[in-house]
Amino acid sequence: MSRWRAYHTPTTVAEALSLLHQHKDKARIIAGGTDLILDMEAEHAVVPEVLVDVTKIAGIDRVALEDGWIVLGAGITHTQIESSPLLRAQARCLTESCGVIGGPQVRNVATLGGNVAHALPAADGTIGLLALEAEVEIAGHGGSNRWQPLLSIFAGPGRNRLAPDQMLHAFRFRPIAARAGNAFDRIMRPQGVALPVLGIAARVRLDADLRRVEDAVIAIGPAGPTPFRASGAEEALTAAAEFDDAAVENAVAAAQEQARLRTSKYRASQEYRREMIGVLLRRVLQAAVERARMNDAPTQVEDT
Amino acid sequence: MTQLTLTVNGTEHALDVPPSRYLAEVLRYDLGLTGTKIGCDEAECGCCTVIVDGQSVDSCIYPAFKAQGAQVSTIEGLAQTRSCSQNGSSHALELHPLQSAFIRHGATQCGFCTPGFIMQATTLLDENPDPSDKEIKECLKDTYCRCTGYTAIINSVKAAGEYMRTGTMPEAELPSVIEPLSQIGQPLERPDAVDKVTGAALYTDDYTFDGMLFGATLRSEHPHAHIREIDTAAARALEGVHAVLTHADVPGDPRHGLVENDWPVFAGGRFPARYVGDAIALAVAETAEIAQQALGLIRVEYEALPAVTDPRDALQPDAPQLHPDRPTGNLLKHIKVRQGDVEQGFADADIVVERTYRTPMTEHAFLEPECALAVPAGYSGSRPSTSKEPGASDHDSDKLTVYVGSQIPYSDRRQVAKSLGLADEEVRVIGTLMGGGFGGKEDIAGQIHAALGAQVTGRPVKILYSRQESLIFHPKRHSTIIRIKTGAMRDGKLLAVEAELYGDSGAYASLGEKVMTRATTHATGPYVMPHAKIDCYAMYTNNAPSGAFRGFGVTQSAFAVESNLDILAAELGMDPAELRRKNVMRVGTETATGQELIESVGLLECLDLVEEEIRTSEDGGPSSLSSDPWTSFQIGSKRYAWGIAAGYKNTGLGGGAPDKSEAEVEVFADGTAAIRTSSAEMGQNLVGVLAACTAQELGLPFEKVHVTVMDTDLTPDGGPSTASRQTYVSGNAARLAARAMRQQMQTVLAEKFDTHPDVIAFHEGLAYVDEKRLAQMHGAELPVEGANGTNGSTGKALPQSIRSISFADAVNALLAENRLPKIRYEYWAPQTQPLGTGGDMHFAFSYAVHAALVSVDTDTGEVAVERVISAHDVGRAINPLSLLGQIEGGIVMGIGNALTENYIVENGIPWTERLGQYKMPGIKMTPKMDSHIVEHPTADGPYGAKGVGEISSIPISPAITNAICNAVGVRCLALPVDQDALLLAMRDKEREIDGHWGQT
Ligand SMILES: Cc1cc2nc3c(=O)[nH]c(=O)nc-3n(C[C@H](O)[C@H](O)[C@H](O)COP(=O)(O)OP(=O)(O)OC[C@H]3O[C@@H](n4cnc5c(N)ncnc54)[C@H](O)[C@@H]3O)c2cc1C
Ligand code: FES
Ligand code: FES
Repeated sequence: MSRWRAYHTPTTVAEALSLLHQHKDKARIIAGGTDLILDMEAEHAVVPEVLVDVTKIAGIDRVALEDGWIVLGAGITHTQIESSPLLRAQARCLTESCGVIGGPQVRNVATLGGNVAHALPAADGTIGLLALEAEVEIAGHGGSNRWQPLLSIFAGPGRNRLAPDQMLHAFRFRPIAARAGNAFDRIMRPQGVALPVLGIAARVRLDADLRRVEDAVIAIGPAGPTPFRASGAEEALTAAAEFDDAAVENAVAAAQEQARLRTSKYRASQEYRREMIGVLLRRVLQAAVERARMNDAPTQVEDT
Repeated sequence: MTQLTLTVNGTEHALDVPPSRYLAEVLRYDLGLTGTKIGCDEAECGCCTVIVDGQSVDSCIYPAFKAQGAQVSTIEGLAQTRSCSQNGSSHALELHPLQSAFIRHGATQCGFCTPGFIMQATTLLDENPDPSDKEIKECLKDTYCRCTGYTAIINSVKAAGEYMRTGTMPEAELPSVIEPLSQIGQPLERPDAVDKVTGAALYTDDYTFDGMLFGATLRSEHPHAHIREIDTAAARALEGVHAVLTHADVPGDPRHGLVENDWPVFAGGRFPARYVGDAIALAVAETAEIAQQALGLIRVEYEALPAVTDPRDALQPDAPQLHPDRPTGNLLKHIKVRQGDVEQGFADADIVVERTYRTPMTEHAFLEPECALAVPAGYSGSRPSTSKEPGASDHDSDKLTVYVGSQIPYSDRRQVAKSLGLADEEVRVIGTLMGGGFGGKEDIAGQIHAALGAQVTGRPVKILYSRQESLIFHPKRHSTIIRIKTGAMRDGKLLAVEAELYGDSGAYASLGEKVMTRATTHATGPYVMPHAKIDCYAMYTNNAPSGAFRGFGVTQSAFAVESNLDILAAELGMDPAELRRKNVMRVGTETATGQELIESVGLLECLDLVEEEIRTSEDGGPSSLSSDPWTSFQIGSKRYAWGIAAGYKNTGLGGGAPDKSEAEVEVFADGTAAIRTSSAEMGQNLVGVLAACTAQELGLPFEKVHVTVMDTDLTPDGGPSTASRQTYVSGNAARLAARAMRQQMQTVLAEKFDTHPDVIAFHEGLAYVDEKRLAQMHGAELPVEGANGTNGSTGKALPQSIRSISFADAVNALLAENRLPKIRYEYWAPQTQPLGTGGDMHFAFSYAVHAALVSVDTDTGEVAVERVISAHDVGRAINPLSLLGQIEGGIVMGIGNALTENYIVENGIPWTERLGQYKMPGIKMTPKMDSHIVEHPTADGPYGAKGVGEISSIPISPAITNAICNAVGVRCLALPVDQDALLLAMRDKEREIDGHWGQT
């Protein structure tokens, strides 16, 4: 493999964007590098001339409560996510999904922004974020920052919609409501594939009696070319008068119906994935509902 | 070049390095801190773990400029930072508790993974000195070890934590062994342990020489192709390139090979490319990057030929021929075992079971990729010996010298010399430490290329394979298709076996014929089998060559044999352990090749021990406690059951091959001794075995014996490190060389003390007259040698004696008599006979029984091995700590064979290109292991010992699939088990699956 010729470590977003702007498609953002460098080494990615390391930008790894949102800098590492008390209380589906990525050495450097930007439909961090109905802040050259729904940035497997001189700057989602809970789980295989066979994150909010699901978000990966929201399953849950086995089975059937499952060689058959939707959705919904029931009076979170 | 400033282990460095450097490269190549290892370059193995600003990272993919201004800690800094003693005057190296614990608990074998493990574990203990097993496994989940099986590592981390909390370090828990001698049967520290835990241990890539160049190898794009033309002009013209070599540049024999001379040094000319690992050209350049770049400029014109990639297709008359000059075509060898009359056997049988099994091609995945470094004759600098023996560094011969981690140094020398057109003596091979071998470092890798490069350029040349290249290039474990038919009487007595094996031997012979012979001769299992007809076809194909891999073919046939046995037990309604008990080999029985077993068959005892332990095991679950351990039970979504399997494996080459090893012992006037043999140390602690045998015979403390191995100038030929033979053969050579030396010293001292030589005893560095024995002797009966055939000492207190001198003075006495302080001993193992002659094919066998408690998640099909109980008959445990390491490491490797490993090749093109695509078991797959040692000594083995290196990974795979079948009623006919297929089979109520992971 040939290698890059320049390595920049800007400390402000403006500096990073101007480097990207200046070098256009000769430059590439690097965060932890755990996807990018492997792709380059395996010659799956073109080696750029210039790498722009975004992890030294001030505030890029923050976790904060701002204006009623929980905000995460795009450069936050999976280790930071896993060990954040705020996120453990608020976003278990995210701490659980980021907590199973790689091993500690990878999680110490790999970032949530990289996981999302890499745009794989089964990326664990992405699936966790999706269930939180997260928004993403895109910073562009010339100071055009804007928030948009997470799902809007994916173009296809491994492809996002960012322009070469744009970067992911932050993610945000709403703090957990009363009687709400969320959870993540995945199925792996022990053989030679790093990505999960299937991963599901779910967030539910219960009614005052803690019986009915009033609101549900379900994210599944891989279940299509981009990270997938199982809207049919969400509706099946909220339509049910009670959260019971029948409601769960309806949600499973709806998810199985809606998901675009593939047989991927060496990873899983379509048939197996279909079965796993059932297994995981049952497990994850159970956990999320249990947490929602415990979360009768959510603890107040304070701005950090 | 850009300036990089960083602080490493407390020292600040400012370096001019290219902006594209990775941190591992800066540490290793710019700062010379070679303790940080590179095993994969893809954040998979964790060998390269270092700490940056308090957090562990994989330095192999960590851009160095990320560490601008950072504090970096590496393994080299760990011991030193603690080395300040109270009075401040001592400079002794004080080890970190983790380093001490890794030594004392046997957590370092080849040592290549050790720095990464220790660094990663420090991050856990710094935060929590009392971690649970689960926390340890989470912390180390992406740090891989291929040798230890992880249990010793987990124990070390706990022990270090305990030391940090309490100031005392617990000892390793070891299996019980028969009464030890002073050095034999003792868990002595490995001689190379301190180097391995401190990062001082040097592997080939850790050496550099002035003026060193780097080689890179161009490999074939096609699995089978004529090479019409190779245009190297552009590559040669590239600045920094010193040579581009092809088949036209090989001065001597254009081919090499361990058994058959069929492997071209370079494909091209009259040699087609026969697999995608075939070398076509070598570029030698100032830097590794330039050499790689040069490869991109070489133009090769191929004429693609049809490829054959299935061994059954290869046998067809119209199949493409790999070696058209061979009279048997693609058939490397048809191997036959005939015993009794199978037709009669099956006719007499009440029940016959027949199935076809498949095992995949698997990869050694030693953590150190191959590296060879050659220094040309006439080189002006020195060529350091890897020996730590005082004075070894003075020996410098002006020869073409190849540094390499190789399992067979003398064979390397022969093959290098032959292809370079030199005499053997004109080449020196120096073995460096080896980061694992497992059979995968027996064939030539870069040795000839590096030597050729050095000879042509007149400069030292290093060739380091990337992990990717290592995966593509080196010989694998044979994939096999095994149809096997087993017949038995209603009472379970086995009568007959008929089997047909196809082994994919790939493009070149390597050790393929030998491996498949072992698969064939062991295809009855360790059972009395009156009638057998076994045919094996070892086939050439356009896949990677297959050769030696721990288990040597027996891993594959044992899977078929032991699976069939459980099917048979089920059909007979018989307990699977009982069925085995009825048929196991015992002293006095005969193997299917007609060998009568006259001693050392501890299989029944292994079976009894394992069964007893399962039946009393608390993990047996509610339903199995008293009654039947093979019945499954459910907890949550998981179904559990035990499974059992037995196995045996020959020690030594066998089959009529002369099996010898030569060792040289030397004693010194400073009271030390040296033992020298070329046998390879690849992590198994052969050096410890050799030191123990020598120390035992000379009555010296273990540390007083220096061991030198793997140097064709300094050590006599110990033969190949293969077939579990070194403890037996080279252990014996060392023991007998030392014994001869002792006898010589006894003669000299007897004169000095005016007594009989037999009463001169050696113990703890003293030579003395054993007055008690002398008294006995005067009382008529002449004693034989001391207890256990050794020097009279059993490790107990020193007998009182007034006539004694130090070992050093004993050596002086020897020298004063003008006797040589050096003795060579050539040990010849007992003669064996070729297959088919009906004689003894092997001089010893090791036996084992493994039982696995497996869980199957009935929701997902996920399989986990929860517990393994094993018993191994190894003859004698020379070093119980190292022995346990061989057992645990072998078992975990066998778990990989059953559940995860498959080197996938599609139409001759490997899918498995990276380590991430070839998952060996990680620490989270390590079960709780209870390992028992059975010692039925073999008369000719050193102190009764026979081999253990391979048997430990043989029965485990079928024990696992037998357990799966006991748990959920699905028989897996192919490996590795596929959770996807298993779940669907459970759902659809299928009883057998021949789908496996990686099936194309
Ligand atoms: C051993 C191993 C195991 C792994 N296991 C898992 C797993 O289980 N699950 C899983 O989901 N992933 C896994 N991964 C993949 C990887 O670690 C994650 O996807 C990680 O989060 C990527 O983050 P990074 O910071 O390393 O990204 P990088 O590699 O630095 O970047 C990835 C991509 O995103 C772009 N990018 C990065 N940051 C930004 C930004 N702020 N704005 C715009 N573009 C950006 C880069 O240009 C690049 O294209 C594993 C990787 C390894 C090596
Ligand atoms: S993880 Fe870095 S060398 Fe393997
Ligand atoms: S000791 Fe761990 S890989 Fe060899």
